[in-house]
Amino acid sequence: MPTANYGEKVMTLVFWLAAFLITAILAVIIGYIVVKGFSVLSLDFIFTPPSRAGKEGGISTTIVSTLYLVLGSLLIAVPVGVASAVYLEEYARKNSRFAYIVNLTAETLAGIPSIVFGLFGFVFFVIFLGWGWSILSGAMTMAIMILPTITRTSQEAILAVPREYRENSLALGASKWQTIRKIVLPSALPGIATGIILSIGRAVGETAALLLTAGSSLGMPMSITDPARTMAVHLYILAMEGISLERAFGTAFVIIVLILIINYAAHYGMRRLSALGR
Amino acid sequence: MANYPIVQNKEKARGNVFSAGGFYGRKTPVRGKELWVEKVLMLSASLFILAILLITLFIFAKGIPLIAKTGLTDFIFNTEWNPTKNKFGIGTMLVGSLAVTLGALLWAVPLGLITAIFMAEIAPVKVRDVLGSFIELLAGIPSVVYGFFGLIVVVPFIRDNLGGSGMSILAGAVILGIMILPTIINISRDAIRAVPEEYKINSLALGATHYQSIWRIIVPAARSGIITAVVLGMGRAIGETMAVVMVTGNATIIPDSILSPVRTMTSNIVLEMGYAAGDHQAALFATGTVLFVFIVLLNLIINISAKAGIKNAHR
Repeated sequence: MPTANYGEKVMTLVFWLAAFLITAILAVIIGYIVVKGFSVLSLDFIFTPPSRAGKEGGISTTIVSTLYLVLGSLLIAVPVGVASAVYLEEYARKNSRFAYIVNLTAETLAGIPSIVFGLFGFVFFVIFLGWGWSILSGAMTMAIMILPTITRTSQEAILAVPREYRENSLALGASKWQTIRKIVLPSALPGIATGIILSIGRAVGETAALLLTAGSSLGMPMSITDPARTMAVHLYILAMEGISLERAFGTAFVIIVLILIINYAAHYGMRRLSALGR
Repeated sequence: MANYPIVQNKEKARGNVFSAGGFYGRKTPVRGKELWVEKVLMLSASLFILAILLITLFIFAKGIPLIAKTGLTDFIFNTEWNPTKNKFGIGTMLVGSLAVTLGALLWAVPLGLITAIFMAEIAPVKVRDVLGSFIELLAGIPSVVYGFFGLIVVVPFIRDNLGGSGMSILAGAVILGIMILPTIINISRDAIRAVPEEYKINSLALGATHYQSIWRIIVPAARSGIITAVVLGMGRAIGETMAVVMVTGNATIIPDSILSPVRTMTSNIVLEMGYAAGDHQAALFATGTVLFVFIVLLNLIINISAKAGIKNAHR
């Protein structure tokens, strides 16, 4: 290879600078929130409910609300998403028009902005079905939002299961469904889990759609028909209305830590999955 | 969570023989009682179609009547938004959305593209992997956290160094740019990686340097994927809500500089939805309708053309 001239040395520098800049942006954002938020954090902050609209007290009710909404949306989206993925990869014929449309729909759904999901959830679940601002409305809306992620990652995980696994299972006399249930799905599990973990991340951070469907009530939700305020919505309201910057930092810190854990777990899942093909 | 339609489809097109039901032949034993399984699974998959139909139906049903009453061009281009006087024109918000999106693309596209080339062609494996996980993390940070960071750091910085209130197009463009970087980097990196190795080998064999090969051969060959990356980044920027509403000031005016505040279409919805009723609420749904139609069209064009492109490439 010819040796690099002066211009190319400059170009190399530009490439490395770009990589450095991206790293710096990430470090500044996370570093800033971690440093500022850590001083606010205490066991009290996590375990006491907010008082005076969040000016005082902790964030316990918003943590519980977030948990309910995440669990609720997974409860609906995981079965539907994985089942769809199994259908698309194991049952639908190649060139099936139905599968093409479902894939296209999933990709379109993935591109729709969360505020539009919020509008839909509001007019459909909150008003039309009469569920009001509630955990139920929020979880259903959230479920539709994370469905494409779960289906796509499950599809990829099922695709990554080596063909021989299926061959051997069938050769031993197992039926198609037995093969899928006992061989394909367990092998694809790390990939499916990764999709679920990524969806949890999205649900934890979702704000616009939940503000419109789950409301912003600060009380402790006692049933799925109660309204709820998640941590992300709480952060938005604290910061936008200037209620308490200190508590906003604390809330942002908890969210960021959760996202870091979720990201690490997803990364680990991906590695497990890519080890499968070897 | 960005969408990576091309990559996924390319993987499939490359011929996983057992994909899409192809593996199980007609002789695969399907026991009688298992027939219902396929039906249930198919029903699940059709929920996707049901979801998109319901979303379209309900948003249109709330939004279209008001657009019809106001007149489409009047609704979109009129710059007077005054719900108390029943004046619903989203002209200022259209300009606002376009301004912050354009501003974000202006710096995030070059930086993202350079980073993508770096990761695909130049970076040592270790650097590439670490940078990759950083970008994943950037993509995972919730938009409300970006908005909060913008409000606390970027807005005061602009106020102190450039003047104005700091709540501005510029602040929106900075934050949005960071948020669309992962989309742009991931998709264009995959497009660059998908360029056949022979192109590069032949170029090098003809005496071109590595950099000449990158700029003259590899990047042009990955062109369509890079365009997809930019368009998807654009879609994400236009649809983004929480980060923008927290940093752009939300004034319904036509901006005269990058330091002036603007309100985007998405911000308009989230700001007023809490108390709007009647025609006012319908006007917010109409804003959502415009946004929805625009983004769905953008995605459909990208998805369908990407699929067509792959068919051609593998003929």
